[in-house]
Amino acid sequence: MAGMGKIARRGFLIGAATVAGGLALGVYSLRQPYSSPLSKDLPAGMAALTPYVVIDRTGVTLITPRAEMGQGATSIQAALLAEELDIPLDAVRTDPGIPAPAYYNARIVAEGLPFAATDTGWLAETARETGAMVGKLMSLQITGGSTTVPDAYDRLRMAGATARAMLVTAAARRLGLDEAALRTEAGAVIAPDGTRLSYVELAPAAGRLLEPRKVALKDPSDWRILGKPMQRLDIVAKSTGTARYGIDQTAPGMLFATVRTNPARGGGVLHVDASRAESMRGVVKVMRLPDGIGVLADNTWRAFQAAKEVEIEWGPAPSPANTEALFDSIAGAFETRRDSRLKNEGDVEAALAGGADVEAEYRVPFLAHAPLEPMTAFAWFRNGMLELRAGTQIPRFVIDTAQRLSGLHEDLVGLYALPMGGSFGRRLEDDFIDQAVRLAWAAEGRPVRLTWSREEDMARDFPRPAAIARGRGRVEGGQVAALDLAIAAPSVSASQMGRLGVPTMGPDTAIVAGAWDQPFAIPSCRVTGHRAPETVPVSSWRSVGASANAFFHESLMDELIHAAGADPLAERLRLCTHAPSARVLEAVGQLSGWGTDPGPGRGRGLAFCLSFGVPCAEVVEVTATAEGIRIDRVLAVAEVGRVLDPVNIENQIQGGVIWGLGHAIWGELTHAEGRVEQANFDSYRAMRIDECPEIVVQALGSGGPVRGIGEPPVPPAAPALANAIFAATGQRLRSLPLARSVRFV
Amino acid sequence: MRLTVNGTEHEVDVEPEMPLLWVLRDVLGLTGTKYGCGIGQCGACTVHLGGRAVQSCQIAAGDVDGPVTTIEGLGTPEAPHPVQAAWIETQVAQCGYCQSGQIMAAAALLAETPQPDAAQIDAALHANLCRCGTYPRIRAAVRLAADKLREG
Ligand code: FES
Ligand code: FES
Repeated sequence: MAGMGKIARRGFLIGAATVAGGLALGVYSLRQPYSSPLSKDLPAGMAALTPYVVIDRTGVTLITPRAEMGQGATSIQAALLAEELDIPLDAVRTDPGIPAPAYYNARIVAEGLPFAATDTGWLAETARETGAMVGKLMSLQITGGSTTVPDAYDRLRMAGATARAMLVTAAARRLGLDEAALRTEAGAVIAPDGTRLSYVELAPAAGRLLEPRKVALKDPSDWRILGKPMQRLDIVAKSTGTARYGIDQTAPGMLFATVRTNPARGGGVLHVDASRAESMRGVVKVMRLPDGIGVLADNTWRAFQAAKEVEIEWGPAPSPANTEALFDSIAGAFETRRDSRLKNEGDVEAALAGGADVEAEYRVPFLAHAPLEPMTAFAWFRNGMLELRAGTQIPRFVIDTAQRLSGLHEDLVGLYALPMGGSFGRRLEDDFIDQAVRLAWAAEGRPVRLTWSREEDMARDFPRPAAIARGRGRVEGGQVAALDLAIAAPSVSASQMGRLGVPTMGPDTAIVAGAWDQPFAIPSCRVTGHRAPETVPVSSWRSVGASANAFFHESLMDELIHAAGADPLAERLRLCTHAPSARVLEAVGQLSGWGTDPGPGRGRGLAFCLSFGVPCAEVVEVTATAEGIRIDRVLAVAEVGRVLDPVNIENQIQGGVIWGLGHAIWGELTHAEGRVEQANFDSYRAMRIDECPEIVVQALGSGGPVRGIGEPPVPPAAPALANAIFAATGQRLRSLPLARSVRFV
Repeated sequence: MRLTVNGTEHEVDVEPEMPLLWVLRDVLGLTGTKYGCGIGQCGACTVHLGGRAVQSCQIAAGDVDGPVTTIEGLGTPEAPHPVQAAWIETQVAQCGYCQSGQIMAAAALLAETPQPDAAQIDAALHANLCRCGTYPRIRAAVRLAADKLREG
């Protein structure tokens, strides 16, 4: 069986490599779980050193299993490997590799544990180690939670150093010299007499060695690549239209497909009349899919046109009809369903017994991921195998899905992971790949490229859930004395993991993340999570729970600090118990000239959030003009432990701020008759270049654990903006999107 | 129907109402031009028609009345156009999906206005959405491209 799987996989992957332009993937075969997926019995001249380094006659290929969705994952994984391997980045190729248990994410489980990032006690650390084991046991190859860098930082440097050590040993044996006499540089081992043995020529011998048990890592002061501005490996392709996304895949005889499903998700199909659509030019087939129909045609546009022409009687919406009903169901959770109380310090009830100085309710809406590339996937049944090419954050789950649908053995399903035209959490779902497999089955041996219309993408997103928070607090002697925050929201974790078939237990920390775990010692402080029913399926959206909860926490903090007559920066610093967080607050204060007069009609707003282990503080400066609010400038500071790529980190922080601000101002999915009302970017507004303020970024790397930056800049943006509007106008905005309450220019 | 794309004349057999975008992508196989919305809201499909930046999802194939240039015709990885070179040097792209359209819009702007001010850059690129939020780098890249073009 193993032999057959191996041969079959080989056959498939050679094909994929030809078309997708990747490494000669034919060398792969999946061995025992947790061992390297790169086979040792390779063609002559080729070697796999660790699961991450492949060398053949044409050069060095680095395997980068975490998915590229814009965040720079491919480049940073390659840089971590190349640094220790001692090879310049422009001398390597990269390849996503085949999905394999060896590429499990050891950090993803720890992110959901009920321990604050500031908690480094025994229990928290033990739980994190257990989380890593769970990730390994379940072979969770997932990209998300800003875990790529924390997970890869040691692992990939070790892999690079291991491969390097094997090459040095091979050279030492060849030259009859001691390993200590040799050094490495730019893809070669160099002997004291200047003899250069390239990695390519050493690879076959190195590949026959056992991996050394121990290798030493470079001191960061010796780094040549890490910590310095580096050129993204995909930058030329992405600047010349030559990067190939899911939407660009082709193969001979390929059919172009689209789908149209019930905009009231789960309502099903009562009746279909496809006769008119089937007679349209270029239409090959119209087929039923769960909850809708699919069209196979000879051109995407023709498929789109035909899909619109299919007459479909939809079944009724299974979820509450409209936005008001959805919010009612969330509000109802305050009464009934307490999910967590992870923070409960001092005596909140006693502190508030005499009444609250601030009492307020806050709301945030459902939000769409809407990556600019809509959902796309390529699927092809041929020679008894299934070839998939798609952008995904969950490659192993995708293979499970395809295997389940096709009935094929795992070894007969191949997935080539593609760069994504954005994701923001959307491609943690594999609904579109499920459809592509069904369409490819119906295509009877012809390859199929599925492209969703933007309208389908908006209607069938798994949104960031709406949430409601009720806050109370008390001030005393010019200080914040008590804060009581209750948050009600549907559980992202239960909804999402449920679809993946992974059981979840206990409280969902996402309901309170970014609120309960903040490093402030308020004498009486309590954060309570209430789990609202899952009315519509919801999912992780860039920064997950913190995207909503920072708005709640930091708006309430701002109100309390104002009620106390204190300064928003000084009071947060006074309350702060975590040195890196204090550093970030101080830095943003300096950067923004906090405390100086902002000028007439102008205001500064400050917000902070510690999320994904990264303290991030932002100051937004606004002017209240006669035409509306103008955002003048944003200052953002984050502490990541160590800055590995200063260019990418700036780009990610600016992008996160723009993501946070744009959604805070305009982002909103509303529902009517069980359907999402926003169908495209005309009604689902995003920030455009002429609305984008100047964004000044400072990334701190002061030591401590190395962290990822994809998500942490998002949470503080919305509250910093709302707090700035309050500072400029005196108007307190407690509900997003802000454009419902004020005009922006 | 005859179309001149990147200097090559093509005879294509398509409905006149098929948007140019899909002729380019699915008929001619020029996939550098992207689909993002299909309704003229995102600019991912921006190409040059007779030297002007247009959204190819909004132009019916039958209405194409001049030569078309796509991102593939602007420059190549080996020989990038100065705007592309500026994009590479500034490291604008994150996911990169919007960047073909951004670059085509910027190239058309600079062809007409070699030294645009900040407001002109913003106005010319208003129609081009970037969900990843690369706007600060786009602005810097346009300024760098202007310098490159001026220095020749
Ligand atoms: S696809 Fe043409 S503007 Fe969006
Ligand atoms: S770089 Fe991703 S949409 Fe612009």
